[in-house]
Amino acid sequence: MSSSLDWMVPLIPEELVILTALAALVLDLSILRRKTVAVRAAVIGTMASLGCLVAMLCIACWHDYRTSEMLALTPLTQFLKMVLLALTLVVAVLSFGARFSRHVGEYFALLLLAAAGLMLLISSENLLVIFIALELLSVPLYVLTAFNKTSLPSAEAALKYFLFGSVAAAFTLFGISLLYGLTGGLQLGAIAEKLATQPIEPVCYAALVMTLVGFAFKVAVAPFHFWAPDVYEGAPAPIACFVASGSKVASFFVLARIIVVGFAPLHGSAAWEGFRAGWMPLLAVLAVLSMVVGNIAALVQTSVKRLLAYSAIAHDGYALLAFFGNPRQMLPALFFYVITYSLTVLGAFAVVAVVENSGGRDRLADWAGLGRRAPLLSACMFVFMLSLAGIPPLSGFFGKFYLFTAAAAGAPHLAMLWLVIVAVAASAISLYYYLQVLKQIYTTDPLPGSTPFRPPHAALVSIALLAGFVIAFGCAPGWLLGKLSIVLNSSGFQL
Amino acid sequence: MNMFPLLTLLTLIPLLGGVAALLASGQTNLSRRIAFVASLLALAGAALLWTEFDTSRAGWQFVECLAWVPSLGIDYHLGIDGLGLLMVLLSALIVPFAMLASWNIGPNPKLYFALILFLEAGLFGTFTALNFFHWFIYWELGLIPAFFLIKIWGGPRRTRAANQFFIYTLAGSVAMLLAFLALYAATGLFDFSQLADLARKGGLENALFARLGGSFFKSKETLATVIFLGVFLGFAVKAPLMPFHTWLPSAYAEAPTGTSMLLTGAMSKMGVYGFLRILLPLFPGQMRAMQTPLLWLAVVTIVFSAAAALAQRDLKRMVAYSSINHIGYCLLGIFAVVQLTGPTAAWTTEKAAALNGVMLQMFNHGLTASALFYFVGLIEQRGGGLRGLNDFGGLCKAAPVFCGLMGITLFASLGLPGLNGFVSEFLIFKGSLPLVGWAAAVSTLGLLITAIFLLTILQRVFSGPLQNRWTGWKDLTTGERLTLAPVIALMFVLGICPQILISVSNPAALAILNHF
Amino acid sequence: MLAWTIYISFLGAAVLVLLPPENRRAARITALLTALAGLAVALGGAVQYERHAPSGAPADLVNVSWIADLGIRFHLAADGISITLVLLTGIAAVAGVLFSWNIERRTREFFALYLALIGGVYGVFLSFDLFLLFVFYEIAIIPKYFLIASWGSTRREYGAMKLALYSLVGSAMVLVGLIAAYVVSGSQTFDLIELAKFPFPPAFQHWAFLLVFVGFAVLAGLWPFHTWAPTGHVAAPTAASMLLAGVVMKLGAYGALRVAMTLFPDGLRFWQNEIALLAVIGIVYGDTLALGQRDLQFIIGYSSVSHMGFVLLGLMTLTQIGLSGAVLQMFSHGIVAGLLFAVVGRMIYDRTHTRELSELQPMNLSVLAPFAAVTFVLAGAASMGLPGFSGFIAELQVLVGAWAVFPRLTIFAGVGILVGIAFMVRVWIKAFFAENDAKSAAIQIEPVTIPERAGAFLLLGATILIGLWPGLLLDLITPTLRSPLFQPLWKGGLP
Repeated sequence: MSSSLDWMVPLIPEELVILTALAALVLDLSILRRKTVAVRAAVIGTMASLGCLVAMLCIACWHDYRTSEMLALTPLTQFLKMVLLALTLVVAVLSFGARFSRHVGEYFALLLLAAAGLMLLISSENLLVIFIALELLSVPLYVLTAFNKTSLPSAEAALKYFLFGSVAAAFTLFGISLLYGLTGGLQLGAIAEKLATQPIEPVCYAALVMTLVGFAFKVAVAPFHFWAPDVYEGAPAPIACFVASGSKVASFFVLARIIVVGFAPLHGSAAWEGFRAGWMPLLAVLAVLSMVVGNIAALVQTSVKRLLAYSAIAHDGYALLAFFGNPRQMLPALFFYVITYSLTVLGAFAVVAVVENSGGRDRLADWAGLGRRAPLLSACMFVFMLSLAGIPPLSGFFGKFYLFTAAAAGAPHLAMLWLVIVAVAASAISLYYYLQVLKQIYTTDPLPGSTPFRPPHAALVSIALLAGFVIAFGCAPGWLLGKLSIVLNSSGFQL
Repeated sequence: MNMFPLLTLLTLIPLLGGVAALLASGQTNLSRRIAFVASLLALAGAALLWTEFDTSRAGWQFVECLAWVPSLGIDYHLGIDGLGLLMVLLSALIVPFAMLASWNIGPNPKLYFALILFLEAGLFGTFTALNFFHWFIYWELGLIPAFFLIKIWGGPRRTRAANQFFIYTLAGSVAMLLAFLALYAATGLFDFSQLADLARKGGLENALFARLGGSFFKSKETLATVIFLGVFLGFAVKAPLMPFHTWLPSAYAEAPTGTSMLLTGAMSKMGVYGFLRILLPLFPGQMRAMQTPLLWLAVVTIVFSAAAALAQRDLKRMVAYSSINHIGYCLLGIFAVVQLTGPTAAWTTEKAAALNGVMLQMFNHGLTASALFYFVGLIEQRGGGLRGLNDFGGLCKAAPVFCGLMGITLFASLGLPGLNGFVSEFLIFKGSLPLVGWAAAVSTLGLLITAIFLLTILQRVFSGPLQNRWTGWKDLTTGERLTLAPVIALMFVLGICPQILISVSNPAALAILNHF
Repeated sequence: MLAWTIYISFLGAAVLVLLPPENRRAARITALLTALAGLAVALGGAVQYERHAPSGAPADLVNVSWIADLGIRFHLAADGISITLVLLTGIAAVAGVLFSWNIERRTREFFALYLALIGGVYGVFLSFDLFLLFVFYEIAIIPKYFLIASWGSTRREYGAMKLALYSLVGSAMVLVGLIAAYVVSGSQTFDLIELAKFPFPPAFQHWAFLLVFVGFAVLAGLWPFHTWAPTGHVAAPTAASMLLAGVVMKLGAYGALRVAMTLFPDGLRFWQNEIALLAVIGIVYGDTLALGQRDLQFIIGYSSVSHMGFVLLGLMTLTQIGLSGAVLQMFSHGIVAGLLFAVVGRMIYDRTHTRELSELQPMNLSVLAPFAAVTFVLAGAASMGLPGFSGFIAELQVLVGAWAVFPRLTIFAGVGILVGIAFMVRVWIKAFFAENDAKSAAIQIEPVTIPERAGAFLLLGATILIGLWPGLLLDLITPTLRSPLFQPLWKGGLP
């Protein structure tokens, strides 16, 4: 009894979030029942934001790190939880102006529950707990994707998401059970030890592949990406933000944890002329596919959201390059990239959300002349697009640079340079479609009859803040890198 | 050694004068006057140079030498000897003459006079420079003004003529530039005297081969010959030597009168000057080796151009071809001189005679040819644009002074004793006949044909019945007479007292011969 | 002190963005003052350098640690070659502002982008840390795109995108090379001088040199990667094409010299003959194609390719005089090309709205626009390499260097010069001095404005000054070529 209560204390942030979710539901169903959607959204949204903020403060103040069989709380996980909560906070703020649903309370509750799922996801080294958290994250997201009842694409996207997700989850579960059968344990560390001592049978590879499938799906690397464009396009914009940013950070973290810690002995090699079976060649294939498919598909898009979706797929490909680096650089590179990427894409989707809310659609043609209609918003979009393209001195550039350098140094004699070359080439091509968006914003004249519009203040402030972070992390990445090194070191590089 | 930078000043006068003429706002008269005054100043400067020149001393005088770009071996090195002095004086004489001839030119006379002055600056610079770098700057400086002079104020086919002139000359210049750059790459020298010293000892070929030879050029001689041909091409186009002459007839014919005078009077001398100053001292061996083909070219130039002149019906073209012919004599003299026939004094006299003749011919032909163009210009003016050989006749009755003065000029060009042309042609033949007998013999054919066509001009234009349309033909005005007076006088003076010029040219000729 | 050129430019750009959009006068004056300040600093810095560092070695301007994890430093330094190009940038910047005085549409954005581009270019010339150099190199790409796409003329979006993508692909190649060099050297530093001392293995150098050199040379217009240049120049507005031909192409050549040739001298020697051949092909090709063009700006664009061929030929001679000529040609061509584009774009096109030779021919421009005609004649003479202008000395040095090493190619280069003369004469005649007596009075052409005259005098003055006193620049360049940084290039070659 004492042990489980013992554990309630370090998990206060998660509990807070869940409580806030429930409170939001209750509040909405009782007191605010008769108010307008706008008021309800404002009140409950504020509550949700406050909840996230308080949770962040708790994490910042509480330095109780411990590891047990089910849960592992290290400085790294706490830091990442802060980031995730910040992302959720921004999404909540963006949802203030949401017009797509009357079910405000449910909306925020589901959002917070998904956030809780995120936080749980990164808190554990136990495969079963990871799976549970994955579902806790996914189910609310499926629902949230369908939240716009008036939109057919929304429903279609949710259905696709659900079907793909369930199948992927099934694969993962199967893989986990195989692993359990092989090694007799569910703890990643224990699994690694067992795999190291046992002779490697083909079943191990099967387990590896299956387990990977679920997470590859969650992260949206090709060829498991088919849900992403539809979801990003169909889901309500704040939810797309959330999926693109928070969900991605957590999923990458878990992926890294599982692969690097759990499957450590099975790494194999993807070096040029030094090919050995394992997760490295597998990830190399996934990376190349993602980069190629993502970039080429993005070239022909006319919808900004779909363009961002395919670009997200490409970026997942770049992120996977971190896995080929040497251990000392691999994790900082991966986390730097994923964190700054999530900030950038959150900002980009937020801009899309604001533009949509003010009456525009997300066709490229409707963005014409935005530069003069909403200067500050467009300037932020300018920053986000160029950061995604990898133009210095923005964070996207440094993130990619660090990834490429880490990957190139990963194998002796520049054996991994082939992958870096593919990545650099793909990144170079990507400038084309980002410039298409910017071209519409800045060089094309506005459509006749369009007027300047003022985005809602809260949204504008958060977007500007995000842009500021993107620039800051690009010009002075040392701060973030330093922070990451500290938390990684004090976590003993255990994930 | 004269500390006063007379030569630089001399070159600056027309340059500044040209700028001043351009800036003189509005009135044409003012800029014309400014330009003329500038040209007279330049003439005064040249005359000063003449008086200060010490004919007893060999070597360069009025030397100025400043380091300019030391890392590239480029110095601002000026100096003149007898040859340079003659050329400077010639240019200084022709320019005011040409200006007076074009006094009423239009449109845009301001630009016209300014361009002429820039051309004069280029001429002065070329004749006084002793370092390839700024010599080449001045050499090219003359091109653009000449191009525009032909293009803007020329006759009906001026565009083509200007184009041809520009591109041909530049092509030659590019070849010359490349060759000189090769020389620099091999020796690190841009200075003419230093290069000549090196060549005298035979070091030039060695240096070329040592640095540039090997991969492509297998033998010393081939490499040296290729470089020689590059430099040769530049001068051969300018002089011109057949078959590189094709630009000249159109250019001279289409150019306005004053420009033709300048082109034939001074600019064509740049080519011959190049042969004497640069080609001969730097590549004596190559010239010796190629003497026979070169002589053939000179002979062809002399004879064919004379024959071509005979076949023309346009007076201006006749004079143009006659120009080529006269320059041919200069080249004959130069090519004859490279004959190495032993160290005996006798041959030195012959060679000296030939070279003196060449230099005198340069001066004299400058005078007579420009005077001829002036007369043709006058004919064209009075004839309402006509200048065909057969368009006129009997003008002697209407304009006796005109006939007389033009006759004198024609005879001077022909080489009548007592006039300047005779002395120079005589000296050339005196020198070359013993040296290269066959060539000189064939060239006398040129003399004969020249006589024929010049007399034909005299006969067709001046004698015979006077056509009705020319009954109002005006004789030379006072202004025109005043313009012509100095030139005609010089023709007589130099014919009777050639010593004036020879005293200056002989030391220079001997100095050049020292390279053999 | 020279570092202030960078800061001032970006500061000026920032100030411009904050100005009210309607006040064009303020925008123009701000831009002019900024550019003049940059030029003044450049001149001051040049004088200072000559006095304090006569040995020609690089003089440090700023050298602080930036991203310690990767050994990246914010290292700005200048040697004679950098200063020559910084001076070029300063002059070109001022001239460009003067020639864009008449921009009416979105003036402050134009000048802001322009100054940002200038700042980036200054940065490239002054960076001695490879990462920093790359950052500035890429920063320069985006303003270029927008300048052309928004204010350009013929097919501007296509031209802009082509330019941006070529630049990015080129820089992608450079990035791969840089990362590879960093990894192979294992020295955890990106400092140019340090890396130059590292003995890279010859096999590595062979391909790394080619990659980095070609990556930079794309922007320098190396044949056959030059195809962006004619379209880009034609599409760009006057000031942008002045900068493009004048300065941006020099970025590529400078990068090739500073990075590829300095780091990988053995690789350079391996590819010396092939690249020299490509350079000479470029010389002849550029001039020959210029001979047949009908659009005046295409003619000059192609002639730029030819002039850059001289630069590359000079670089490949591996002699001090050849390299000196190459650097001087970079300066000279920058000025002359800027002048040519200024006359064609600003003085002619803005008034007659055509650049087709056949349409200009009947206009009798020598009478209607005498200032333009004279300026163009002088600029054309400079472009031909007529003595008295800066191009002559530069071509002289390149040819001397080339004679010693590539005698056959030198003769072809001479042919190229001849063709260059021919097309320029053709342009003179057709565009300005064609004779037509009829209807020339029908067209009214506004007189040349004072800013245009000022710009023309500035550029003409610069080229004539250096043409007659090349020592001014050679005193900077020659000691630098003798400094230790360039020693490996002369190994076994001619002085």
